[in-house]
Amino acid sequence: MEFWRIPLDADTIQVSRGIVHILEDRCKGCGYCIEYCPKQALEFSANFNQKGYHPPCVIKPEECVNCHYCEIICPEFAIFSVESLQTTELKQVRT
Amino acid sequence: MQKIPMTSNKQPDHPLDDLIRTDRIPHIWCPGCGIGTVFSSCLAALKGSGIDLQKTVMVSGIGCSGRAAGYVKLDSFHTTHGRAIPFATGLKLANPELNIVVFSGDGDLFAIGGNHFIHAARRNMDMTVICVNNLNYGMTGGQVAATTPHLAKSTTTPAGNPETPFNLPLMAYACGATYVARWTMLHIRDLTDSITEAICKKGFSFIEALSPCPVNYGRRNKQKPLDMLKLYQEKAIIKNDADPSTLDIDFEKGIILGKFIDLDRPTFIEEYDKIYRPSRLQENVPELNS
Repeated sequence: MEFWRIPLDADTIQVSRGIVHILEDRCKGCGYCIEYCPKQALEFSANFNQKGYHPPCVIKPEECVNCHYCEIICPEFAIFSVESLQTTELKQVRT
Repeated sequence: MQKIPMTSNKQPDHPLDDLIRTDRIPHIWCPGCGIGTVFSSCLAALKGSGIDLQKTVMVSGIGCSGRAAGYVKLDSFHTTHGRAIPFATGLKLANPELNIVVFSGDGDLFAIGGNHFIHAARRNMDMTVICVNNLNYGMTGGQVAATTPHLAKSTTTPAGNPETPFNLPLMAYACGATYVARWTMLHIRDLTDSITEAICKKGFSFIEALSPCPVNYGRRNKQKPLDMLKLYQEKAIIKNDADPSTLDIDFEKGIILGKFIDLDRPTFIEEYDKIYRPSRLQENVPELNS
């Protein structure tokens, strides 16, 4: 995760990480998860699923903070995230 | 021959898969329809509320939202048109232990079933009613409904709706509901919290969930599914305990969301037992005290 200034309490607060799972054949391509992902970690994939829709794919897996918003906004029960045990590396971006 | 060890490459199941009939998924709702989101929010609330799911029944009527009862892996009833609440009332009276959730649409609950809603709220039947309001009759082709906003276009009002729509929270409050809330399918966490609270609450609880209907309502009003969600985001005013008479849906001046009513009133079964089954009440007293 990138910050322009590393927060002072970065060593005490743990940023959770998630792994996104997509059940591609349930997707109907509404794009709500892609639009409302707070980290813009998803994008329409170029492939088609069984029904001919473009399911989402994860373009920035390291950005997922396991907020579950894609999971709760999905009308199709087609995407969910589970907690990952990896820790987030905080990077400072020089501007 | 050497056995190949089982690998754990199998994709884990969706967290709500234990509550849905996965053999029927994908469901019939159109791409971009919000009913699925409200439905999953309802299932998450059922799971999170800690009630006994073996004693929970989901009842729904006819219409797009009415299909929900067929997808839930609990006891469920898909009833006749508009009669979800009478079936639910019967279930509750025959077996007061059950937790009843009525999940249906605005046309089913307020157009053909309007009268049943009024009387169940008046009697304060102990149930939770979730109304998915998509502002038109979605399944039959987008005709004008009792909740279509003024001047909105529909199949039967191509130049704009001349009627005034229902203010559903005001109606529920006026009829005697003890819990009234309204959210949209974008405010999912609030919606889930509200449904959880309503399920745990005794008495008639009503939750309105606004949801886009991209194929019928959205197409005729030049709104793509994402435009509709943006509209909810821009126009939503969260105001808990707002005066119910100010809650009419007008996208020009903003739609007020929140929990409006939360009060306590004796339920129908309590009142009935007091007069007609006093013996049952006495039997229950030691249980309550212990």
